[in-house]
Amino acid sequence: MSTLNPEAPSADATRPKLGRPVRTGDGWVWFTGSALGLCLLMISGLIGVVLVNGLGFFWPQPLVKVTLKDGSVFLGQVAGREPIPQPGTPEHNQRHRLQLKVGNRDLLGFDFKWIDDDQVVSQEQPPDVVYAERREYGPLLGTPARLTDAGRVVAEGSEQVWVAVQPYLARAHRDRKAQRRIEREEIGEINYRIEQARLGLRRLELEQARRPGADVTARRAELERRIAEQQERYRVKQEELQKLVEATSQSFLVVRTADGNEKELRTLDIFRAFRPNRLTVWGRLRVYGSRLWEFVTGDPRESNTEGGIFPAIFGTVMMVFLMSLFAVPFGVLAALYLREYARQGALVRIVRIAVNNLAGVPSIVFGVFGLGFFVYVVGGAVDRALYREALPTPTFGTGGILWASLTLALLTVPVVIVAAEEALAAVPRSMREASLAAGATKWQTIQRVVLPAAAPGILTGLILAMARGAGEVAPLMITGVVKLAPDLPLDRFFPFLHLDRKFMHLGFHIYDVGFQSPNVEAAKPMVYTTTILLLAIVVLLNLTAIIVRNRLRRKYQTSAF
Amino acid sequence: MAEAETLDQGLRIKTEVRASDPNAGTGQVAIELRDVNLSYGDNHVLHNISMDIGEKMVTAFIGPSGCGKSTLLRCLNRMNDLIDNTMITGSIRVKGADIYAPKADVIEVRRRIGMVFQKSNPFPKSIYENVVYGLRIAGVKDKPMLDEAAEQSLRAAALWDEVKDRLDESGLSLSGGQQQRLCIARAIAVEPEIVLMDEPCSALDPIATVKIEELMYGLKEHYTIVIVTHNLQQAARVSDKTAFFWLGRLVEYEPTSAMFTNPREKLTEDYITGRFG
Repeated sequence: MSTLNPEAPSADATRPKLGRPVRTGDGWVWFTGSALGLCLLMISGLIGVVLVNGLGFFWPQPLVKVTLKDGSVFLGQVAGREPIPQPGTPEHNQRHRLQLKVGNRDLLGFDFKWIDDDQVVSQEQPPDVVYAERREYGPLLGTPARLTDAGRVVAEGSEQVWVAVQPYLARAHRDRKAQRRIEREEIGEINYRIEQARLGLRRLELEQARRPGADVTARRAELERRIAEQQERYRVKQEELQKLVEATSQSFLVVRTADGNEKELRTLDIFRAFRPNRLTVWGRLRVYGSRLWEFVTGDPRESNTEGGIFPAIFGTVMMVFLMSLFAVPFGVLAALYLREYARQGALVRIVRIAVNNLAGVPSIVFGVFGLGFFVYVVGGAVDRALYREALPTPTFGTGGILWASLTLALLTVPVVIVAAEEALAAVPRSMREASLAAGATKWQTIQRVVLPAAAPGILTGLILAMARGAGEVAPLMITGVVKLAPDLPLDRFFPFLHLDRKFMHLGFHIYDVGFQSPNVEAAKPMVYTTTILLLAIVVLLNLTAIIVRNRLRRKYQTSAF
Repeated sequence: MAEAETLDQGLRIKTEVRASDPNAGTGQVAIELRDVNLSYGDNHVLHNISMDIGEKMVTAFIGPSGCGKSTLLRCLNRMNDLIDNTMITGSIRVKGADIYAPKADVIEVRRRIGMVFQKSNPFPKSIYENVVYGLRIAGVKDKPMLDEAAEQSLRAAALWDEVKDRLDESGLSLSGGQQQRLCIARAIAVEPEIVLMDEPCSALDPIATVKIEELMYGLKEHYTIVIVTHNLQQAARVSDKTAFFWLGRLVEYEPTSAMFTNPREKLTEDYITGRFG
């Protein structure tokens, strides 16, 4: 706003008469301000939509029983309501229809049912219906009818069954955990040892081919004995597994669906069951929390449309971490040379422009380069040199987290170089001179004075690089990201960090669940929730870097001159 | 400034000149300059400078802005090496050794010749680390030795009593005058033979200036000091010999008392009486 006195006569009467806002420049305040406002509106709108849709997904909604004119009955959650489009007729968008998530895909063949409003005879919320999340076919919706254990009926009638099934569900939960642990860790270890021994055998074969005279019988026998030993252990473990889940595999919950069918459900396969129409607010919160927890910490189920996305979170964070590990030192060294050592001239200017332009190359181009160079050339060479016994199965000669991280590092290194160069240039000359005058060499000066003072600026570059890297999907799709990789790149088997493994990534997960899923409608909320998580992780990573940077900044604050 | 006032100031300076000891120093020559010429690219900055700078005394370089006095000072510890396209001819010998000889070790030269800059430039490190910086980069790791050097240097720079209880605080937390004394402590911690000061008080208030000047009286017992200053009173107060530069040439180089009371050259007289500059 102008601070001039509006009553004061115009100093220059010959000026063309413009509206006051234009003359004073106030108009520009509104113009520029509204541009910013529009940006903020769009961003907050996007985040709002994602938050509402994503976080609402876990909230247990009431089940509605809808009876239609033709006598059919459906039970489900109301997923949406929209006007019926009938272009060209006067009825266009006049009538409405309901979208009901009916579940029971194994019985009905579909998950969602559209019901026109004028077909509905009655709607009610039956109190004792159960929403059961299970291993396969999405949720099962219906009224509990019977609980059987080893062929014997334990309980009958909705209420009794519900009470009786609780200990079974708790047992099933424990059993699944134990089962998973055995499969993951113990059987995982056995498989690992068998694979090691098999590779050892293969190595012997190769050695024999190279030196036909070598005597390898003893070593071969040892390896074969080891394989046999592990296979025996495997058999024992399998039996143990079967015994473990025996109890919960023989007990069945029988549920009567809305259309009168009965469905037997092994209690072992029930992941979560609750009666949504009877839940108190506290109960709903508990279901909500448990679902959210499963989502963040669990493994995916049902081709990623259900369960959790922990492997994707882990893969994303680890990839960003590895990328930073490659990009930052490399970028800082390059910037040091450009700024501190190179003779400033035409060549350096050209290099600088080239680096800047590199940041604008489409990411898929980097992906193709990564595939061609890192995966096939470097990875192939590594395989031939170090993993000969595993060939023709590639170890590093196929996409993996190492190559994906390197590709992304290549993509983000220009950002780091530019930021680091600016940070180095901003270190006052007087500080370098002070160091040199004290008898320091150039490298000592860089190491002890210039780099610490430039660290906050370099971290800014890292923040920008991480923000770009974490959201990138295209180059990853061809350098190592896969739809499902329950084996994390980090585990307790030597060498602990498996850089050759393929991994899951939140960005790719969004694409996969949203557009490659066989059941898109059911997977839609997963797109939102995964987006929230990706945003949260990017924010978290950035926040960490920003906090570190601000601490450094306080530490290395230069004087006010 | 009015003419009368300027003249008056000039006269006052004359009366203020201390009887700075013309016999100060050891009589030895610390730095010997012969036919030093310097150019930045096509710009010829210093013309045939030849002078002997005496040991353990204060020598002041004065002259109007752009006369080359700072450039000459920076030649003495080869700080001009950092500027591209610098050409230096002639010889500068420190204790007889040519510091521009091809075999001369520039790091060693700078270790022997400390420097204090116009703007105080402590590192963004603790006070302690600032002082021992030169020793650390020289590879000294012995903690008691570093502690002793830090205390001695800070005492010599008249800063010890003010900072002894907060050596771990950032050097940047000090006031401007303290920062400059910290820089002096840093320069003398490596026990150089010569300390160069490039307008060390130009960014300080009068009280801080007085402290630094008093410090110089003490320091010249042990160190050869060369100071560039814009402040004629300061040159008169602290230096034993003064060199007056004009347009890259050495106009007059005399004991300070002689120069300020009875300048040989008309140009010098005009400058110190404030007729130009």
